[in-house]
Amino acid sequence: MNLKKIYSRPQSLRNVATHYCPGCGHGTVHRIIAEVVDELGIRERVIGIAPVGCAVIAYDYWDFDCSEAAHGRALAVATAIKRVRPENIVFTYQGDGDLAAIGTNETIHTANRGENLTAIFINNAIYGMTGGQMAPTTLLGQKTATTPKGRDAKLQGWPLKISEMLTQLPGVKYIERTSLHSPQEIIKSKKAIKQAFVNQIEESGFSLVEILSPCPTYWGVSAKDALGWIKDVMTKEFPLGRIK
Amino acid sequence: MRQKGSMNKVLMTGNEAIAEGAVQAGCRFYAGYPITPQNELPAYMAGRMPEVGGIFIQAESELAAINMVFGAAAAGARAMTSSSSPGISLKQEGISYIAGAELPAVIVNVMRGGPGLGNIWPAQSDYFQATRSGGHGDYHSIVLAPASVQEAYDIMPLAFNLADKYRTPAMILGDGMLGQMMEPIVLSQKAKVKSQKYRKPWALTGCKGRKPNIIKSFYMKEGDLEKFNLILQKKYKTIQQREQRWQDLFLDDARIVLVAYGTMARIAKAVVNKLREKGKRVGLIRPITLWPFPNSIFKRLAGKGRQIKFLVIEMSYGQMLEDVKLALNCKFPVEFFGRSGGGIPTEGEIIKKLR
Repeated sequence: MNLKKIYSRPQSLRNVATHYCPGCGHGTVHRIIAEVVDELGIRERVIGIAPVGCAVIAYDYWDFDCSEAAHGRALAVATAIKRVRPENIVFTYQGDGDLAAIGTNETIHTANRGENLTAIFINNAIYGMTGGQMAPTTLLGQKTATTPKGRDAKLQGWPLKISEMLTQLPGVKYIERTSLHSPQEIIKSKKAIKQAFVNQIEESGFSLVEILSPCPTYWGVSAKDALGWIKDVMTKEFPLGRIK
Repeated sequence: MRQKGSMNKVLMTGNEAIAEGAVQAGCRFYAGYPITPQNELPAYMAGRMPEVGGIFIQAESELAAINMVFGAAAAGARAMTSSSSPGISLKQEGISYIAGAELPAVIVNVMRGGPGLGNIWPAQSDYFQATRSGGHGDYHSIVLAPASVQEAYDIMPLAFNLADKYRTPAMILGDGMLGQMMEPIVLSQKAKVKSQKYRKPWALTGCKGRKPNIIKSFYMKEGDLEKFNLILQKKYKTIQQREQRWQDLFLDDARIVLVAYGTMARIAKAVVNKLREKGKRVGLIRPITLWPFPNSIFKRLAGKGRQIKFLVIEMSYGQMLEDVKLALNCKFPVEFFGRSGGGIPTEGEIIKKLR
């Protein structure tokens, strides 16, 4: 029988066990980034910036040059690396707390300078690593460790739509919001990530892909129900598609 | 602004001299955020960096600036930021990360009055913060304290060399007086320390032809952080053994030794010269490295058996004083005179204190 290999681990992904919870979206996004890096043939010139959050050790999974960054400062670190080495392809991987709370200033100003960078933004509406506290993107009514009665707009404000905010800035080339709630959506996410890297290769400005990602552990639901919650609830607040 | 004089002599502020010294030392990345009294430094870099193919970024905050320096250093560039006291407080987390990731970088603190917003007058009240790892964790920055505009220029290659050699943050600790003061200085030929080139095989360049490089300060596995911290401590011990620097005057017969650094040391030197003319046996120790503190000169003096009275003078309420006491191990009387918050100890006040 003539067997043909049609699916295997990307070269840019290390062969190691995962530390992520069952049903978590990080592993999926790590993998599709690795696939994109392989497909674009940029593994030897890509530099990734890992955040502080659940993905803090993303560099243990990717098999290319990486740096850590202090909480919220990934885009400042990325700005400098890209300016020093414009021939390299530099991307950040950040959660909602990192990119849209503590690092909001860096996010807005890096985008506003039109830095030729790629930002991958994981929105799971919660702080995972610290134990399920409210995120800037937590939905109204959503219960977290620090909103035990559910997020109340009067007390905690509204879910922050940073992607929509960034569309106002001339330096921003491309923003798309995708999701991981079905195989079709994962394929769309990969396509958007690829576009964000291609934009950088073509030196066209700042690109950001926001990915709605499941956190069954701190949403307190099964892995399957977490995907359903994204589809039925989260996408109402954070509509999918091209934003800019 | 550079005003060209005869030969290679120019008139510059201390802030500009630090900037030009950094350029001569091979600094090719600068990020900073405006704060008085160091604003001439980023303004100079904004013009100068593009001339030498370097990068200047006015960052959105002190946090962004120090983390840009982290990134530029990770990418292998000689990188620098500057600020003044409140801004340096903001940078402390980033400096801790730079120390933890073992990256070389230079941070300039042109000190002003504190605490809080304080004022914009010169002060030396950030000594503890600079020398005691101002951020979290067990680390040190190498701290250099120039006392003149010429020295501020000359010391920059040393700052970058030490940072590269030991892969550690190095800080220039000046003050508003040194930063704002204009003096004629001689450029480049007389620079006492030459820039050296250090290989950086750890830098992020893309993993072509080698295994991927990771820049990090995170060690979660049990025992790993302790192992790493011991490596850092060993490095700090080496720096303490090898890199103590100071200037001394009239120690051979001195019965009174003034101890002061930076701007304060210039006033102390004037006092010493004045009292020497009157036949008083007064000397001076001017630490150039504040960390590592030049313990060895104090130990050497203590070993001579001669009774000496020490007077520490600072534009603070007694910070370096503690290092002098530690270096002398309580073997000699140590007195202190200091002002901070706008006032600078005058020659007259110091002489009065010595009576």
